[in-house]
Amino acid sequence: MKNPINGLNKVFESRIRLGVMSILMVNEEINFNDLKQMLEVTDGNLATHLVNLEENGYIKVHKGFVGRKTNTTYQITRQGEKAFTDHISALENMIKGIK
Amino acid sequence: MEEKTSTPDSLQDLHDIRKMMNRSSRFISLSGLSGIAAGVCALAGAAIAVSRFNYYKKNNPGMIRTETVDQLTYELLIIAVVVLIAAFVSSFLFTWRRAKNQQLPLWDYTSKRLLWNLCIPLVAGGLFITGMLYYGEWRFVAPACLVFYGLALINASKYTLTDIRYLGYCEIVLGLINMFFIGYGLIFWAIGFGCLHILYGAIMWWKYERKPEVL
Repeated sequence: MKNPINGLNKVFESRIRLGVMSILMVNEEINFNDLKQMLEVTDGNLATHLVNLEENGYIKVHKGFVGRKTNTTYQITRQGEKAFTDHISALENMIKGIK
Repeated sequence: MEEKTSTPDSLQDLHDIRKMMNRSSRFISLSGLSGIAAGVCALAGAAIAVSRFNYYKKNNPGMIRTETVDQLTYELLIIAVVVLIAAFVSSFLFTWRRAKNQQLPLWDYTSKRLLWNLCIPLVAGGLFITGMLYYGEWRFVAPACLVFYGLALINASKYTLTDIRYLGYCEIVLGLINMFFIGYGLIFWAIGFGCLHILYGAIMWWKYERKPEVL
């Protein structure tokens, strides 16, 4: 029997990382505060998950300034897009398979 | 977070993904009631404008004296500004209420982007029309209002509920037809900003807000 967990990405087991990826799939570029507001999470929590995604090569980070304030924006990478669509296909297959 | 993924979980995941994609790319709290409110303000404004017109016509047969015409233009401009403010405030209230009911922020990334994209053609149009008035060219004010507003709506439709695009098309068509019926600007203006807004708002309310919302 085929393992239904096949194809599911471990990185996206966290709901916050999944949320970040969903947002970045449909928005070209988005900054830290907007992400924080949409996901309703704390700074530290979000930062940890973003570092994880960056280390996996799924997102790109740009550090910039707006006046004197830092403005960090995030973008999805090709690799990240692929990983995310694969993950969605795996989820769909799992639902189909069990039905 | 290390629990094993099962079917209900993956369904929930897909649901969350869809919700996040939707919510982060579009401002979804725009209320149909806002459209109705803006339409009612526009119709009221048009009615007041018509009554001012008739009043001046009655008292100044022929309307030749320029100072009375200036006075009338001035009054009409004030009516226009008051209508604009009233329409904005009343439509803001209904959208604010809907965002609160949906427990979504009113002022976030999506609403800022929506407003910015709506404002580009709108401000350009506003300045263009001000320029026309500066040269004493009032005949194309109503058509220009309608066309620029339609373009603004179409531009904004990428950042909110897409249905607003159809309202944009209608405004543009109406504005272009108006180009060839110059004397009827106020009627076209009332149809475009009054009737169409009310119709659009009613359809939107029926489609999205009639039943309690599930997000």
